[in-house]
Amino acid sequence: MEEEEVRYLESKAKEIRRTIVEMIYNAKSGHIGGALSSVDILVTLFYKVLRIDPKNPASPDRDRFILSKGHSVEGYYAILADLGFINREELKTYCRFNSRLTGHPTVKVPGVEANTGSLGHGLSIGVGMALAGKMDKRNYRVYVLMGDGEQAEGSVWEAGMSASHYKLDNIIGIIDRNRLQIGGSTESVMSLESLSAKWSAFGWEVKEVDGHSFKELIDVLGNTPLTLNKPTLIIAHTIKGKGISFIENRAEWHHRVPTDEEFIKMMEELTQEG
Amino acid sequence: MGQNVLLPCRRVFSDTLFELAKEDKDIVVLTSDSRGSASVENFAEYLPEQFIEVGIAEQNLVSIASGLAGCGKKPFVFSPACFLSARSLEQIKIDVAYTNRNVKLIGVSGGVSYGPLGSTHHSLEDIAFMRAIPNMTVILPSDTNQTRVLVKKLVSYTGPVYVRMGRNPVENVYQSEAPFEIGKGNILLDGDDVTIIATGEVVKMAYDAGMLLKEKGIYARVIDMHTVKPVDEEIIIESAKKTGFIITVEEHNIKGGLGSVVAEVIVQKFPVKMVILGIPDQFAITGTQKEILRYYGITPEGICDIVLKELKG
Repeated sequence: MEEEEVRYLESKAKEIRRTIVEMIYNAKSGHIGGALSSVDILVTLFYKVLRIDPKNPASPDRDRFILSKGHSVEGYYAILADLGFINREELKTYCRFNSRLTGHPTVKVPGVEANTGSLGHGLSIGVGMALAGKMDKRNYRVYVLMGDGEQAEGSVWEAGMSASHYKLDNIIGIIDRNRLQIGGSTESVMSLESLSAKWSAFGWEVKEVDGHSFKELIDVLGNTPLTLNKPTLIIAHTIKGKGISFIENRAEWHHRVPTDEEFIKMMEELTQEG
Repeated sequence: MGQNVLLPCRRVFSDTLFELAKEDKDIVVLTSDSRGSASVENFAEYLPEQFIEVGIAEQNLVSIASGLAGCGKKPFVFSPACFLSARSLEQIKIDVAYTNRNVKLIGVSGGVSYGPLGSTHHSLEDIAFMRAIPNMTVILPSDTNQTRVLVKKLVSYTGPVYVRMGRNPVENVYQSEAPFEIGKGNILLDGDDVTIIATGEVVKMAYDAGMLLKEKGIYARVIDMHTVKPVDEEIIIESAKKTGFIITVEEHNIKGGLGSVVAEVIVQKFPVKMVILGIPDQFAITGTQKEILRYYGITPEGICDIVLKELKG
């Protein structure tokens, strides 16, 4: 049963990766590297974990998801379209004149909970939503996906302090730890390690997983809070550009747009079996 | 409490909100270790379930409020105006205004009311910052009677608002809870010779200046422009036509505040002579609030002198 589920998520992830590449190629704009590193996390959340309903996107009891690394928006839109929050045809307008599918998400798009794109905001917004949930005694959870480069923003740590202070076990922070940011490796730009120890010291229950293993992602994301009265922080080790061999782990693909030849090669890789 | 006891607007704001919050559990007060300066100890003590302390972290403060508002809460964020408007400016722009969340940003101890503490604690740019942000409403109440009405209005108004108040007790402009409509200036005195438009706690000086001028046979129209954005364009144009001369008075840098707002309107709609009175474009001298304002000529007499000089010239 579980294997079947994993296979389903894998095929879904491949489909979303293809849509991402198409969107970026068509728009001649986007952040392909980070979009691909976070796909498996997004797929696990949206197809397995989140209690959401595209027919009732404003339900007060819905789980909240915030894409704090707002530049990884293509996979988010692709999933929202696949689930029926928005029309699939609309994906063609991505980054076009006056489209609501802008290069960073906004609440104009059904299913989006916060306008993001400037880093270091999402976790704080999530803390506000988690506090509201506790006040109203609702059972929803709040999931916030952050970048690893984003961890250099001081406001992330303000949020971290407040979530543990208020014992918010209904918030789950996820770090897409692909180890690269626009200017190079995270450790050369601004050392983050030991990231796990930092979050532990801030009072979060920390778990490190392979961010491309659906089994590991389901195990952890499906079993929160890991500890009662403590916020959960998941460091998901990922590969920037995951799924396309010639762009994996290469910082220059943070926001490069594929040429015609590269696009064909990418789509070939993403249609292969296995 | 005796009628003659003068209170700071922040005290009255908080007390009024406290009474409303008892009946409306969605009202949530947030502070950044500023419960004393914001006068919200009553929330901390008696409505702790509607009070969130975030510590000295203004960025987190504003974003948390945005998240709360996104879940149907009515957050009122209290922090000294200098920190709230500048330290969390991007959070205000994006998480509050761009996302269009129902967050009320309450800047206390604004202007130069922290006087001797220096420019770190003065907020003389906040109107300029806030009014440049789409979706934002900017309000400076002039006295405690108006503040009381303002709070009631704010609770039923949905959308981002920045309110700036001072720190010190203020004399009344209004003798009772005066009519108040967001975006509509109040005419306190009417006359044909000059229009004095003021905002916030210096409105009283504009009024007093109007009374002094009357003794000299000069009739001033005095307007309390509590809402700087969206500004009451109609009353500005009408005043320009009626008096042909406008002086603006504010506890703010003369660049980007009320004077700029009024100038933008009249220069496009009905150009007339104008003087902008405020703090010059420099880090303000220090002293008590009164001493600072006096130094820059922001007094009833200072306003009169400008009017007399301009009308003679």
